[in-house]
Amino acid sequence: MSLEHLELFEVFVRSARGLDHKHAGSLHAADHEQALEYARDCYTRRSEGVSIWVVKSRDICASQEDDSDSFFDPSDDKPYRHATYFPLPKEVGNM
Amino acid sequence: MSTEDQIEDINALEQKFQARIDAEQKIEPKDWMPDAYRKNLIRQISQHAHSEVIGMQPEGNWITRAPSLRRKAVLLAKVQDEAGHGLYLYSATETLGISRAELIAALQDGSAKYASIFNYPTQTWGDVGAIGWLVDGAAICNQVSLQRTSYGPYARGMIRICKEESFHQRQGYQIMIELAHGTPEQKQMAQDSLNRFYWPSLMMFGPHDSESAHSARSMQWKIKRETNDDLRQKFIDQTVPQIEYLGLEHPDKDLKWNEERGHYDSGEIDWEEFQNVINGNGHCNRQRIQHHVKAHEEGAWVRDAQNAYDQKRRARKASTAA
Amino acid sequence: MSTSQSSDHDSKQDLINYVLRLGDDALILGHRLSEWVSRGPFLEEDIALGNVALDYIGRSRMCYNYAAELSGEGKTEDDFAYLRDERQFQNFLINELPRGDFAYTIARQLFVDVFNKHYLSALLQSKDQTLAAIAAKGIKETQYHLRRSREWTLRLGDGTDESHQRMQTAIDELWGYTHEIFEHDDIEQRLIDAGIAVDAAAFQKQWLADVSAILAEATLTVPDAEWAVRGGREGYHTEHLSLLLTEMQFVYRAYPNAKW
Repeated sequence: MSLEHLELFEVFVRSARGLDHKHAGSLHAADHEQALEYARDCYTRRSEGVSIWVVKSRDICASQEDDSDSFFDPSDDKPYRHATYFPLPKEVGNM
Repeated sequence: MSTEDQIEDINALEQKFQARIDAEQKIEPKDWMPDAYRKNLIRQISQHAHSEVIGMQPEGNWITRAPSLRRKAVLLAKVQDEAGHGLYLYSATETLGISRAELIAALQDGSAKYASIFNYPTQTWGDVGAIGWLVDGAAICNQVSLQRTSYGPYARGMIRICKEESFHQRQGYQIMIELAHGTPEQKQMAQDSLNRFYWPSLMMFGPHDSESAHSARSMQWKIKRETNDDLRQKFIDQTVPQIEYLGLEHPDKDLKWNEERGHYDSGEIDWEEFQNVINGNGHCNRQRIQHHVKAHEEGAWVRDAQNAYDQKRRARKASTAA
Repeated sequence: MSTSQSSDHDSKQDLINYVLRLGDDALILGHRLSEWVSRGPFLEEDIALGNVALDYIGRSRMCYNYAAELSGEGKTEDDFAYLRDERQFQNFLINELPRGDFAYTIARQLFVDVFNKHYLSALLQSKDQTLAAIAAKGIKETQYHLRRSREWTLRLGDGTDESHQRMQTAIDELWGYTHEIFEHDDIEQRLIDAGIAVDAAAFQKQWLADVSAILAEATLTVPDAEWAVRGGREGYHTEHLSLLLTEMQFVYRAYPNAKW
């Protein structure tokens, strides 16, 4: 059926000013404009958003999660990237 | 690679998969998963999605007759939410590599199921109250537990749905309060709706654990987090004081508090009726599917137009660019 | 003294009448749109149509509540929606016509949305603050509604042969109902003079220009048919309205004095 030809879009909603856009779900639409409108109707019925992004699902390039060992583990051995790696003397307070 | 090596390989993958589940980690779309897990999920999530979509009909049946403007707006918003929930769940199913068009085709040719409760007719305004209160109430019991399901997109969909559904059950119960505390005719209407929808609501949790075909494996994979009987018990227990408050008669004459178990013992469900309705002898089985097919077919030219317009527009863009 | 009192009374009655008319337009169209629930061409559109229906039903409630407040006889919004007969409803006829196919619904929305864009902008200037507030809310809704109906008109008009044909048929069938929406009677004339009601005739040309531009872009033709049906504001309705009311009012009327 012709539903096949409708494009699948991923919807990202910013719930309040100052916050990140967060993935909310997906929907079918003919084009970006319509996807935005449907995202408004389908994902913000309770005023959950102040801003919406829509992206064609096929335009998303994702890392392979099965490959995550080689992809993400190398950063496991760099604890010095985290602030907690550097203890401070109590006397100096927060930094 | 030899066949033995391949089997070895799959065993290792399966172990890793089960270990992840045992560690309460979510499975995400691109992870390796056993075929049976994928199939099981597609069956369960799409059945859930179809139930939301078919479930629009029995209540939608009363939008045009709702007895106050406030009720009309609330019911419309509620039924519209069901559509939204169907959408969230179709989205979750699509992450498993199946299209919505395929899912809809399976619903329409009968190979996919939806909750049998929607094969019962809504005859009175009281039924709208009873469905919101009991049917949504039973669904929520199940959905709350599914927020912890092992498949990430399904769990996230459930969290969103549970957040939205809490108003559904309340609006239904509020309809029942107005009726039960209203005129004698209204109270009679409420009792009648309770009588007709109570038992089918208990059936929504599915067969007893001992009879359930999918239960054990679904529990092991943490697709299901609580058994049919445990969830049903929760629902039975929570419904007793609600019926009392309404001042209505409990439809289960054998219901008795069991001090030892700390739960209510209930009368036996008429599983013959359950099978009977599932097997096509409900009042609305054919009507629900025909309604869905009709809307889908009447929408075909609209979807075609949309595609044609989009193609024309793209062609125009390309030619102005060139 | 007594003359001014009676003219006060009349102008209040005029205002109640006017508010009810706006409420009737919104309720009847919202009811028609709500009939689409579970019947949309696909799920996303089903949800979107539901939102538009909810906007209209919400607007009707604002109007009826205001009418109830003005009449001050302990009336409620539901008394106006459920206890008036067909002859007492004063909505424009275009709102009561059956929902038809999707093209028919879109064509009607397009005509009504363009109309409301101008109408509500003018109502925003009303000396009646409640009406101005209803307009302020309605304008926001209408901007979105019009965006939808405009885009759908383009898609259907310039889509396939079938969709083009269906859209043109819908436009031709609805055109004769778009004349009365620019006309008004003495009641509204008095309110227009008082700076309360909107004179739709003032933007009829603009409406035609807006609609014509959209139809042209959608490869559709503006009808040049002569026929025009009138009567909504006098309660002179098509046969469709009484059936709609029969359905809508049945439960409420079957149980007098019940609360829901």
